[in-house]
Amino acid sequence: MTDATGPIHPAWLRATHWLNALAVVIMTMSGWRIYNASPLFEFKFAKAITLGGWLGGAIQWHFAAMWLLAANGLVYLLFNAGTGRLVRKFFPLTPRAIAADLGAALRGRLSHADPRQYNAVQRAAYLFVILDAVLLVLSGLVLWKSVQFPLLRELLGGYEAARRVHFLAMAALVAFVAVHLAMVALVPRTLLIMIRGR
Amino acid sequence: MIKKSPRLVAIDGDAVVKETLRRIEQPARRLFLQRSLTLGGLSLLTGCAITDGDSVEHALMKVSRFNDKVQGWLFDPNRLAPTYPDSMITRPFPFNAYYGEDEIRQVDAQSYRLELSGLVADRHAWTLPELQALPQTDQVTRHICVEGWSAIGKWGGVSFSSFLSRVGADTSAKYVGFKCADDYYTSIDMATALHPQTLLTLSYDGQPLPPRYGFPMKLRMPTKLGYKNPKHIHAIFVTNTYPGGYWEDQGYNWFGGS
Repeated sequence: MTDATGPIHPAWLRATHWLNALAVVIMTMSGWRIYNASPLFEFKFAKAITLGGWLGGAIQWHFAAMWLLAANGLVYLLFNAGTGRLVRKFFPLTPRAIAADLGAALRGRLSHADPRQYNAVQRAAYLFVILDAVLLVLSGLVLWKSVQFPLLRELLGGYEAARRVHFLAMAALVAFVAVHLAMVALVPRTLLIMIRGR
Repeated sequence: MIKKSPRLVAIDGDAVVKETLRRIEQPARRLFLQRSLTLGGLSLLTGCAITDGDSVEHALMKVSRFNDKVQGWLFDPNRLAPTYPDSMITRPFPFNAYYGEDEIRQVDAQSYRLELSGLVADRHAWTLPELQALPQTDQVTRHICVEGWSAIGKWGGVSFSSFLSRVGADTSAKYVGFKCADDYYTSIDMATALHPQTLLTLSYDGQPLPPRYGFPMKLRMPTKLGYKNPKHIHAIFVTNTYPGGYWEDQGYNWFGGS
């Protein structure tokens, strides 16, 4: 199935991964500045970790990087589905396997001997973040164009509900990134593989 | 191989070493050049992104104008914003402007005139009673602010599309611009101006429009963000020249549609 001599991550995957990382950083930091203009909760993000300087600037960054996020995400999904990588790398996936691998990971016994194979926790986490990004894009569309996308708006429970969905999906993404970076710090080899492909 | 090796021995050893070194060196040099080129490119990129704020701003503004086009294309002139029952009206409806509540402009109803200019056939100035004599309608819709918050309000007034046809405006023109008594100004696309829910608003919640919501007249568009809805309007013009706006000139997206 997988070519044992080829790159572990094909070039298209590495390119879309890093472009996505750039888009996510811009979207998140500018999104925090937009949030600060009218906070949903009892806190604001420190200005130093936001992007755009003021609301208008943050919106410009947000609505520019959205094209990168969406176009790059689409390319990733098309390649992933089209090459069969999605099915090959992420399935089968069972709750039992996730529980077993999570237990092993927490006891420090999860093997990383074969970087070509995602363990069940990785499969679940990466699938989760893909779906979370899709939710971010859809809820973002409702916030941007609530009148023009009535079906999407009603599915998400209206404009105000979509704001909360957008925020919570962002929080989930940030939580994923935190765990993701911690894992990379624990197994630095994976960073080289995502850069060089092997 | 074995047969050839005696010939190799016969070749000048120095020449072989030199040739080998040259061949080894070349790809390495090429690679080095490639990498320094990439590094140079990267440093140019960061130079552009971090030190040269103007060019970044320019690029972002260009994307914003591109987004205007996309929004114009996405805009469906027949798609209505949702309406709500009176019971869902936000009370009190928030005040919002580029200044504080203590600086709300007081416009004198007696001397008020709405001026029309540009590509309009009948440019006579309108008094407030004349506007009030036109057929009125009302709507309960959601006002969405660029900051993210939203509130539901009840606005009443004259359908803007019927007003534009009454004064003989050239509805094939691109823009409708507004000048306000609070020195605010903005402009909208003709498609939104003709949208059935776009209202020359004279009343709020059944009462004459109070100063805080833009007395004597504001333009209400539930298909656009709050900053696109000008208050205290005293002049309207129809034009094909991009008029910009108070916030738009500072970087807010011009179309500002929802």
